[in-house]
This record gives sequence, structure tokens and C-alpha cells, in this order.
Amino acid sequence: MAGLSINNVTKAFGETKALDDVSIDVADGEFLAVLGPSGCGKTTLLRMIAGFETVTGGNIRIGDREVSSAEANTPPEKRRVGIVFQNYALWPHMTVSENIGYALKVARVSKTEREERVGNALALVNMEQYGDRRPANLSGGQRQRVALARCLVAEPRLVLFDEPLANLDVHLRASMEDEFADFHKRTGTTILYITHDQAEAMALADRIAVMDHGRLMQLATPRELYHEPANEMVASFISQGMVLPADVETEEADGQCRVRVLGQELVVRCRKGEKPRKDARICCRASQIESVGASQPGFEGTITRAVYRGGSARVEFEPAVASHLGLHFDQLDPVSFEAGQRARLAITSGWLIPADGAA
Amino acid sequence: MTAIRKERQGQDMALTAGIVALIVVFSLLPMVRLLQEIILPGGRFSLDIIRLGLIDETTWRATWNTLVVGLGGTLFALVLGVAVAILVSMSNVRQRQAFVLCFVTPLMIAPQVTALAWLQLFGPSSPLLNMLGMAPPLGTRNPLYSPEGIVFLLGIQYAPLVFLIVRAGMRKLPRELVEAAQSSGAGWVRVLGTIILPLMTPSIVGAAALTFVSCVGNFGIPAFLGIPANYLVLPTLIYQRLAGGGPAVLSEVAFLSVLIGVIAMIGIVMQDRIASRRDFRITSTSLPAAPYQLGVWRLPVEFGMWALIALILVLPLVGLILTSLVRGYGVTLTAETATLENYYFVIFQHAAASRAFLNSLYLSAGASIFAVFVAIPLGYVIAWGNKRWIKALNLAIELPYALPGVVLAIASLLLFLKPMPITGIQIYNTVWIILYAYLARFLILAVRPTITGYFQLDRALEEAARVAGAGLFMRMRTIIFPLIAPAAIAGGLLIFMTALCELTVSALLWSSGSETIGVVIFSFEQGGDSKYAAAVSAIMVATTFLLMLLASLFANKLPDGVLPWRD
Repeated sequence: MAGLSINNVTKAFGETKALDDVSIDVADGEFLAVLGPSGCGKTTLLRMIAGFETVTGGNIRIGDREVSSAEANTPPEKRRVGIVFQNYALWPHMTVSENIGYALKVARVSKTEREERVGNALALVNMEQYGDRRPANLSGGQRQRVALARCLVAEPRLVLFDEPLANLDVHLRASMEDEFADFHKRTGTTILYITHDQAEAMALADRIAVMDHGRLMQLATPRELYHEPANEMVASFISQGMVLPADVETEEADGQCRVRVLGQELVVRCRKGEKPRKDARICCRASQIESVGASQPGFEGTITRAVYRGGSARVEFEPAVASHLGLHFDQLDPVSFEAGQRARLAITSGWLIPADGAA
Repeated sequence: MTAIRKERQGQDMALTAGIVALIVVFSLLPMVRLLQEIILPGGRFSLDIIRLGLIDETTWRATWNTLVVGLGGTLFALVLGVAVAILVSMSNVRQRQAFVLCFVTPLMIAPQVTALAWLQLFGPSSPLLNMLGMAPPLGTRNPLYSPEGIVFLLGIQYAPLVFLIVRAGMRKLPRELVEAAQSSGAGWVRVLGTIILPLMTPSIVGAAALTFVSCVGNFGIPAFLGIPANYLVLPTLIYQRLAGGGPAVLSEVAFLSVLIGVIAMIGIVMQDRIASRRDFRITSTSLPAAPYQLGVWRLPVEFGMWALIALILVLPLVGLILTSLVRGYGVTLTAETATLENYYFVIFQHAAASRAFLNSLYLSAGASIFAVFVAIPLGYVIAWGNKRWIKALNLAIELPYALPGVVLAIASLLLFLKPMPITGIQIYNTVWIILYAYLARFLILAVRPTITGYFQLDRALEEAARVAGAGLFMRMRTIIFPLIAPAAIAGGLLIFMTALCELTVSALLWSSGSETIGVVIFSFEQGGDSKYAAAVSAIMVATTFLLMLLASLFANKLPDGVLPWRD
């Protein structure tokens, strides 16, 4: 096993930059997810770590060896990196055992040792009895497990997952998620996991790197991403956070400060050293909005939509002072709000998005 | 790390170098040599050869004839091919698969065999007409010995080609476009005229260009039908000049072959111009349109379609087989006079014929095996490679096949007339020069399906092998070859079938001892031994059918559209 370090990597295709000055350090044995909307550059990043794409600037190191730089590029076959592909990429003309043993055969490992290691890998993914099957005769989940075993058998220094659950149905996804987590715990492999699914990333990863338009937006633990987004993109991308304009009125004290949002004054969490400023932004969640009585602090507005979702409704709301801002929150049963109704809401808490936006 | 990089680059460079060498040897070299002959004869710039060629009145007559039969044949093939494509694609006729198989089969049969078969149908010695007592008196000229006959047979030979291309286009036609027109109130005839045919313009024009090139380059049909009537086209003129004058007239025929090349190129360029004039792009893909219900007309239409098959496939083949059973010229064929002696004679007694069976077998096997093994790395570089210039160079592989076979044959002659430099090896007048020409000419037939195969293959399969540590050659051997081989082998089989009865190239390159089957059929017919020619042809048609059957057996392992006769 080895850590991975991506230093100021840039990738340009002609004029457009697919990746722009991205730096990520993955510790030995860490499970890191790279999360972002499609087109954010996460697949390019994976292909560069694997060696399929060259870097335009910066470098990539696996363990203590530099594998990619603008000058030199170690080919994929020499990197000892394992990949679990989105569509499994199992070779249809080989049996499950042959698929798994391929890397060992390439490395000229003796037949007896090969059989033993293939057996171990099959056992690791609970597929012992399927060694002689062809990939075509396996279910989606079984194929994914074979792909996992195949990439592990060569004891890679690093395993890359390329949206491995995107092709599976919802039920299988949950159980494979558990398997991946379990597997990481047992083997302690360094894992870089590419996905566009937040829930997946949150459930699995030690840390998550959020990317957008080829730039790294924030690299943090799932909790930190949710509670302390570094910028507006992360705030609105993670769990549909609402980004609202605010004026900071007091200095930070004890990790909190006082702000004015939509005419309401409240205390939000913030970074150390925040000073009073105008035109700031706070991030708040649906759970941090509630309806209040006429005398309490809050703001007036109109309900634009209420969609019942079983047990609760998702209510959309337009504040009177800023009708272009769409707010949403959940109202538990009994649901009383209806579209067109006037209401008074209050924000109970939030996070002051740092001014510099840096991760 | 430096060593690692070197090793990898070594394999990459070996592949690239090999492919460049291949393209140079089999494609650029012959074309360059041909051009050099007519503008730089003996190393000095001179336009004498062109001038002499242009003032020769025979040149002009043959060129005119070439254009006449080329355009006529193309027109006939277009009408027939497009009509059948519309019927098969747009209406509810039954037994489509079987019909397509029968309709496309003439394309698989060598042109000179088609010509021979048709000749046996008409004329005073026709066994069929004799059996029916309808034969014209001995000495009457066969009506097919005429420009009309050539146009007719070219049309039948290449209508399947038009059909295949237009049918492929119609399969991609989204049904929404048809349904949108129908819901706007257009009837079927109007839909056909205003929507379907206009959208098929690129397919039809492409088919027309390809057919035109094939028609002007065809040797077998004008040789069998035109030479007896002294109606010469450029390929047959070249053949006659070369047969009469030998290597001395090479410069002269080099000019004629470039002339054919130019005519063919004009066809291709015109196709390009027409196709780019308007936007015919079809943006969406969806299910094919619902077939037009023929109603009470279905049975008559189906009857007509099968009558067409009887006319273009069954009847000539019957004529061919009957002739191969005849004892001698003018003998009426009956159950008593029928004989298998002709088969016995061509297989066992006639030295050149039995030699030719082996020669053609070796040549086609050699060409197809070579092509399969070359097509896989070549297709890899073209389909999955990232070097642009190689893709451009790929056009060069198309050239020896896109241009008429006569062009390549003359180029090969020029290239190998003298012993090869350094080695001093002489392949002129041996079977090897034919092999060279076959390799150059037919390679693309294996490359095309292979590239189709690559595009349908998930590249991640190769990437998975890379991350498993496999180098380029290892991946080629263990992953790519097994996965792509069916497509390449299907291409190899097409080459085998095409090369087995090939005549255009070998007619100009053969020598005593290196006869091919095509040459033997041609020689028998020219010598008046139609019964022997028919016997050899019947054997070849049977072989072709067997090979088609063989290929169909593993059709489900192949990418779509690799076997032309599978609908």
C-alpha cells in the first residue's frame, strides 16, 4: 500500500482546461472519494492517476515514486494501480479465475502460487464456487465482485474505483456499498473512489474531494463538507444547501457570529477570525428553517409549492423581501401548507461561508 | 524508469513502424511507381507518354466505351438496387432474410462466372434453349455480345452492392420522420418521394460512386462479352495490348491504367460534391418505421421478387450447370447425353486447370491469413490510436481497392519487372507477384470489419489489462486478438471468396505455372471450351455457397453488418 499525492495537476485539451491546478493528498490506507457533477474532471483525474492520460502541468506521486509529470509518464502497466471499472470490463473470453489470475500470469507468477492467490481473492469476495464460470453468466453484483477480486490479486499500491455502482440497481447498490466499506476495513487498501452520488461518497469515504469545472472545491471529511462548506458551490451542491445573502454584524467569538439574513437576526457558526462584513453568504439546510408565529423574529413570504412525500412535505417558499430566492424546508405530518398561502419563517442556525472560498 | 519507458516505447514504435512500412510497401509504392512511369519515364520528366496516349484514337474509343458501360451499368444497378431496398426495408413482404441472401449472392460470384453463366443461357449452343427446342440456329451471334449485354450484366452484378448500402441507410431512418410526414397528411408515395428518397441521397450517391468505380474497373464481364464483339473498354484494351506486346508496351498501358484511375476518381469526387451540397444528417436514432402494408398487392409483389431471383440467380446458374454437363458443342443435352467428364477433365487431366485450383487456393488462403493478422494491429492503431497522421495514411490502404484492379496490376508489373534491388530476387512471372497484388488489393476487406469490431468493443477491456501490467504485445495476444478475431476472420473469409475466382489482376500478372482459376475459366472460354469453363465455374460457385454457409454458422459471434448477405 502507498499514499497518493497529486500536486498542482493541470490538464488542458487544446484551449479548454479539464483540470486546473488540483492538489490532493491521499494518506496510506485512506478511502478518499472524488465527488462532482458530470464534466467536473473527476474521470480525467482518475485516468491520469492510472496513467491513461498525461498531465499538462504538475505531478502525481504514488508512494515515493513520481509517476506523472509534464516531462515523463509511467505507463499504466507499470504503475501497480488497480481499477474497478464502471462497466466491470471483465474479459468475456476468459473464465472468472482466468480473469482474476491475468495480472499474475502477466507477471509470470508460478502456476501453483497463482492458483492459491486466485483462490484467496475469490474467497475475499465470497465467490469461491464461481471460478469456472464465464462473466456472461454472472449477475451484475457478482461481476462487480469479480472485478474487485481481479484488481486486488496483484496487490496494487492503490485501487481506483470508477463509479462502480452506477450500473447497478438501487437495492444492489446499498449492499455493494456495505461490501466496499467492509472490504476497505479488512484490507486497508488506499482507495480513490470516483462518484457523482453524494450519499455513496458520504457513506464510504474518510474524506471527500468535491470538484467542479476542473477545480478542487473542497477536500474534507463528510461531516465538515455538510456543516462547514468552504464556498457556495459546495454549500449548494451538498444536500441541496441554500445559500442566502447576509451581513455579518459581529466578530467571531467561540466559533460563532451574529448575522442579518432576510431581515432576521441570528447567530450562525463561522470560521475563526471572521470580521463584520457586508454581502456575505450563509448556508442553511432545510432542517434549519421552521415556521414561526407573527411575533417571533423571522421573515414573511409566500408558499409556492408543497409536495407531499409521505410522512412529510417538501415546501417551497419565496421570501417577500427577496422573491428570487427560493427556500425549501420539510413540514412533517399533519401537512398544512398549500401553494399561495402566506407564511412567516425563521432560520434557526447556519454556517457563514468563508469569504476566500478556499478549502 | 528510463528503461521502462524505453521498453514501452519500443513496442509502440515497433507497431507504428510496422504499419507505416506496410502502407508504404502495399499502397504508396505501387501508386508512386505508376505515376513515375508516365511522367518521369527513365528518371527524366517527360509528357511524351501522355501525349502519345492522347493522340491514339483507340484510347478515345475505349474511354468512351468505358464511360458508356460504366454509366449504363451504374444506372441499371441503381434502379434495381434502390427499388429492392425500398421493398425490403419499407414494406411488409415476407421471407426477407431468404430473399436478401438470394439477391446478394450474385455479388459473391465472380463477374466472369456471371458472364459465362449468362452466355450459356442464350446463343445457339444454350443447353437450356436446346432442351426447349428454342435455340437459335448455329452460327447466330449471342445477343449478349454487345454493349447492352455488358450494361445488363454489370447492373445485375452490382445491384446487390447498391442494395446493401441503401438498405443500411434505410435501417437508420428514424420512424418519427416518416410518421411526422404521414400525420401531415402525406400518402406513402409522397412520403417516399419527399422524405425517404431525399434523406437517402447520401447512401444512393455513395452507392452510385462505388458502383461506377466497380463498373469501369470490371474486367470479367467486358472481357467475356465485349472482346468477341470487338467492343473494347479500357481494362480489356490494356489486357489486349499487354497480351500482344508484352513488357515493351508497359509505359503505354501504364497511361491507360492511370486514365481508368482518373475516371474512377472523378466518380468519387463527384459523390463527395453532391453529398456535401445539402444537409442530410439524421440526428436521432430510433426504431425503424412501421412497414407499409401492401394489402392485396403483397402476393403479386412477392411473386415478382422471387421471379427476379429466378431470373438473376437461378436461371444463369442452371444454364451454367447444364453447359458443364454437355458432351460437346452442339450436342443436345438429354438425360442420356449428360456427362461428368468435363469435371473429371478439369480436375484431373488438364494440367493448367488442376494447377490453378491449387494456386488460387494458396493465393487466397495466403492473402486472407495475412490480411487477418495485419488487420488486427492495423485496426487497433486506426480505431483506438491517437496518432492523427496514421488515420490519414489509412486512406492510402483504401486506394489499391478503391481504384480498379487493372491499375494495381500494372503498378505491380512496373514494380517487379526488374529484379528487386539489393536482394536481386525476381518475382515477375511467378505466383508471388500475384500474391503481392492480392495482399495490396484485398487488405482493406479485412480491415473494415475489424475496425467496426473495434468500435463495438469496450476499450475498458484493454485498459483493465494495462493496469494488470500487460504490455502492448501481451495485450494484443491475450485480450485484443481473441476478442476481435471473429470480425477479422469474417473479413478474411470475404477476401478468400473474392480472391478465389479473381480475374482482373491475375489476367495481367499470370504466367505459365502460376495460372489462377479465373485465368483458366477465361482461357477455356476464349478457346471455345465453354463446357470446361462452365465446369470450373460450377465448382467455384459451389465452393462459394459452402463458404457462405460456413461463415453464417458463426454469424452470431460477429459484429453486425460484417457478413453482407445476412440481413
